[in-house]
Amino acid sequence: MEFSLSAIANQVDTWLHANCASWLALTIEFVIVGLLCIALFAVLGLVLIMMERKVSAYMQLRLGPNRVGPKGMFQTLADTLKLLVKEGLTPNGADKFLFNLAPFIVMIAAMLVLAPIGFAKDFVIWDINIGVLYISAISSIGVIGILMAGWASNNKYSLLGAMRSGAQIVSYELSAGLSILTIVIFTQDMSMGQIVASQADGWWIWKGHIPVIISFIIFLIAVTAETNRAPFDLAEAESELTAGFHTEYSGMKFALFFLAEYVNIFIVCAVGATLFLGGWMPLHIGNWADFNRIMDYIPSSVWFFGKTFFLIFVIMWFRWTFPRLRIDQLLNLEWKYLLPISMFNLLLATFIAIQGWYL
Amino acid sequence: MGPASLLVLILAAVAFATAAILLSKLVLKASHNPVKGETYECGVPTIGKSWIQFNVGYYLFALIFLIFDVELIFLYPWAVTVQKLGMFAFYEALIFLFILFMGFLYAHKKGALKWM
Repeated sequence: MEFSLSAIANQVDTWLHANCASWLALTIEFVIVGLLCIALFAVLGLVLIMMERKVSAYMQLRLGPNRVGPKGMFQTLADTLKLLVKEGLTPNGADKFLFNLAPFIVMIAAMLVLAPIGFAKDFVIWDINIGVLYISAISSIGVIGILMAGWASNNKYSLLGAMRSGAQIVSYELSAGLSILTIVIFTQDMSMGQIVASQADGWWIWKGHIPVIISFIIFLIAVTAETNRAPFDLAEAESELTAGFHTEYSGMKFALFFLAEYVNIFIVCAVGATLFLGGWMPLHIGNWADFNRIMDYIPSSVWFFGKTFFLIFVIMWFRWTFPRLRIDQLLNLEWKYLLPISMFNLLLATFIAIQGWYL
Repeated sequence: MGPASLLVLILAAVAFATAAILLSKLVLKASHNPVKGETYECGVPTIGKSWIQFNVGYYLFALIFLIFDVELIFLYPWAVTVQKLGMFAFYEALIFLFILFMGFLYAHKKGALKWM
C-alpha cells in the first residue's frame, strides 16, 4: 500500500460518516480542513524562513543560524516566541481601525488562494471550475491590505512603500495573467485539476514549445515582483524606506504580515508548478516503461512539494544574483518589455495551439 | 468540498490572526510611555502629516492597469474556446489586441509611462 493523502482523507471521511450523524461529520470535516490550513500556514512560515536564511547564508559562504537546536532548526521558533512577547504598538496618528484590519485582509487573501490548489492526487479543498481566474482575482485582494496598512500608519515611509508596492503588484499582475492565459489556451480549461490532468503525457514546459517557455520565464519574473521579493523589493527597500509598508507594525501584527509574505511565495510557486511543471504529476519520459513505473512509486504529494520548493529556491536564488531595481526601471521593465512580449507571446501560443503543433 | 470551504478558509484565517494577537496580548507585559506612540522617522520628530496629495505617477499607472486588466478578463473566456473556434477567433483576438496596443502606444507617446 503506497502512501497517498487522498486515501487517508477518504478513510477519515468514511469513518466519520459511519460513526456520526451526517451534519456532525460535515462540521468535523470543515473543522479539520480549517485546522490543517492553519497548520500548513504555521509550518510553511517556520520552514520557509529557515530555508531563506540557510540559502542566503550558503550563497554568501556563511553558515547561517546554527546555535538554536540541531543545525539551528529551532531558530524561527525562537524568533516567533520573541515576537509573541513584543508589544503590538499602534502609533498615535494612525487610523486605528484600518491599521488593525490590514493584517487580517492580507491573511484572508493568502488563505483563500489555497482552495483550488491540488496538493496531491485527488487532494484539493475545492477544485473550482474557474480555478486560475479565481487565483488571479483573490491574489490581487492582498494589495488592498498592503495599501491599507501603508496609508493607515500615517508614516511617510509606510505610505511610500505601500504606493510603490501597489504600483508594482498591479503592473506585474498583467504579465502574470497573460502568461497564465497561454496555458489556458493549450488546456482549454480553467480548472486547476483539469490543467494537471492535461499534463499526464508530459508537462507543459516540455510539450508547449517556445511560447510556454517564454511565458514560464515571464511568470517567474512577474511573481517575484508580485510577492515583493528582491530584486523587486522596492516596497521595503531597507536602505531607503526602513521597512516599507510595515514600518509601524510590531509584535504579532508584524509577524502576520511576514507570514503572509512567505505563504504568498509558496502559493505563487505552487501555481507555477501546477501550470508549467505538471503539479503532482510524476516525471515520465516517453516509453521508458521501467523508469516511469519507478517515478510513479514516489507519492504525488512529494512531487508537488518538490516542484514547489524547487521554484521557491529559484526565487531565493534571484535575491542574491540581481541588484535591486529603481522604481522607474521596474515600471519600464514591465510596461515596455514584459507586457508587449507577453501579448505577442499570447498570439504565438494561440497560433501554435490552433495549428496543433504541440504534442 | 464546495463553496462552503471558502467560508471555512476565511474563518480559519481570522481565527489564526485573532488567536495570535490575543495570545501575545496575554503573554506580554505592556508598559506605558507617551513617546512610544510617536510616528517612526529615524529618530527625529515627524514634520507634517502623511495624508497629503501624492505623486500622480502612481495613479496614472493604476489607470492604464485598469484598461489592461479588463482586457485580460475578456481574454479568459476567449482562451478557453479558441482552439475549437480556430483561426477565426485568432484573427478576432489579433484585431482586439491591435486596438489595445494602439491605445497603449498613445499612452506611451503622451508620456504616461514615463517616470517624472
